Amino acid sequence: MSDRPDWSRAPASTIARSVAEGSVAASDVAAAALARIARIDPQVNSFTDILSERAMARAEAVDAARGRGETLGPLAGVPFAVKNLFDVAGLPTRAGARINRERPPAARDAALIRRMEAAGACLVGALNMGEYAYDFTGENVHDGDTKNPHDLGHMSGGSSGGSGGAVAAGLVPLALASDTNGSIRVPSAFCGCFGLKPTYGRLSRAGSFPFVGSLDHLGPMARSSLDLALAYDAMQGPDPEDPACVVRPPEPTVAGLDAGIGDLRIAVAGGYFACRGHPEAFAAVDHVARALGCSRRVEIPEAARARASAYLITAAEGAALHLDRLRTRASDFDPAVRDRLIAGAMLPAPFVERAQRFRRWYRAAVLELFGEVDVILAPATPCRAPRSGQKTFLLDGVEWPVRANIGLFTQPISFIGLPVVAVPVWLDGGLPLGVQVIAAPWREAVALRVAHELERAGAVRAPVATLEPET
Amino acid sequence: MPAPLTEPPTPDLDAFAAHAADMLGLTLNSAWTAAVVANLRVLREAADLVGAFPLPDEAEAAPVFTA
Repeated sequence: MSDRPDWSRAPASTIARSVAEGSVAASDVAAAALARIARIDPQVNSFTDILSERAMARAEAVDAARGRGETLGPLAGVPFAVKNLFDVAGLPTRAGARINRERPPAARDAALIRRMEAAGACLVGALNMGEYAYDFTGENVHDGDTKNPHDLGHMSGGSSGGSGGAVAAGLVPLALASDTNGSIRVPSAFCGCFGLKPTYGRLSRAGSFPFVGSLDHLGPMARSSLDLALAYDAMQGPDPEDPACVVRPPEPTVAGLDAGIGDLRIAVAGGYFACRGHPEAFAAVDHVARALGCSRRVEIPEAARARASAYLITAAEGAALHLDRLRTRASDFDPAVRDRLIAGAMLPAPFVERAQRFRRWYRAAVLELFGEVDVILAPATPCRAPRSGQKTFLLDGVEWPVRANIGLFTQPISFIGLPVVAVPVWLDGGLPLGVQVIAAPWREAVALRVAHELERAGAVRAPVATLEPET
Repeated sequence: MPAPLTEPPTPDLDAFAAHAADMLGLTLNSAWTAAVVANLRVLREAADLVGAFPLPDEAEAAPVFTA
């Protein structure tokens, strides 16, 4: 028994290959994942819904398809889970909110769940998140906080805290999440896993609960760049049900993942991205740059204004989305979310319009930079995961609120929809850090190649956290 | 060249929040006011930073943002 593979912690790529070869049944993999979730998750609190029957039925269908000699999809038998803002048929789409659990159950799955399952993956549950995704901490007053699997006394990061927690704890090899201002990249950094925030408009958001329509992205989180690429490839493709989803043919990335970095022009972001952080945040970037043989630095122009603009647009658009609920159900919100949304509702319109106009300018300026370089490296967060409940941190000697400022390095990037792979760096015995591998629009393949090369070189890794069942 | 900045009067954000809440049909619980005003202050600083950047009149926001 002891030399059998532990399918509950196996990579997606290994599971899919093994299921396709017949060396393991998808139903055995699903059962192992569900058993591990039951044993381990009470400590991490990453799941809000566990879909045992559905997962087993789906896995048995995969096994039956193999039994009939059918060709299985690239994610055959791979367990995955989704942030609970994805519609899951039969569940109210709670989006981390108390108010939303009164919604009627979703009639059908979100588009990306359907695409993952079409590729053979098996949904095992829905994951905890910060209320309405307005969060960088992983805290939730309704469902409890997601704990960091690598140190349960620290934040998971958010708002996709359950996604980061579930992947890092080895409960699933793949999780889907959303990123409006950093909500994939922050928990990837704090929990030490890989996260892909694709180009704005690349992956369909149909059937997901929105936050800021002009900034919302969906993407995968995983423990390897290959697993990210497998999931990303399975989910690409236009979707008329998402008005922002582009009509662009899929551009598969798995086949080119081993291409190496070749003559890619890679640079480290200086200026804004080299201050207001703990030394280890910049040491992580240096570590990645050294592994890539990169010594060049570039300046992303006006990044502070870009971040400020994203902040304004987020507050205003988020508030507009929730205005009716703020009028009638204000006391049912998480107070930290409610107070920010109310302030956002009060923003004078010219402030927001100015931010949108600046966005156009900034986009053009950064695209010009991509004429000189192919990849830009920047910290994902200004620090390691803060302690649970920590309200402020010191950045360059100034005390800042944690909740609003964890994303100060991610916001200027998602503001113009650039694709990013967050890669996990372990500098010493402490908690992990994340580095953003940023590419030009529609060049997800480039960012994934760089992440894969870093992984191959041993510079980045996403180990399963050591967690024992509670006694 | 950046446009010269004139120092506007410091707004009374407590009063602004109260009036804006009326305008928006929001009930502002007194226990929340301080936090709402603190958030307004941060948003105003962000707006000042963005507003200080000179943009030509022709710099229009894209009707549909594309990366």
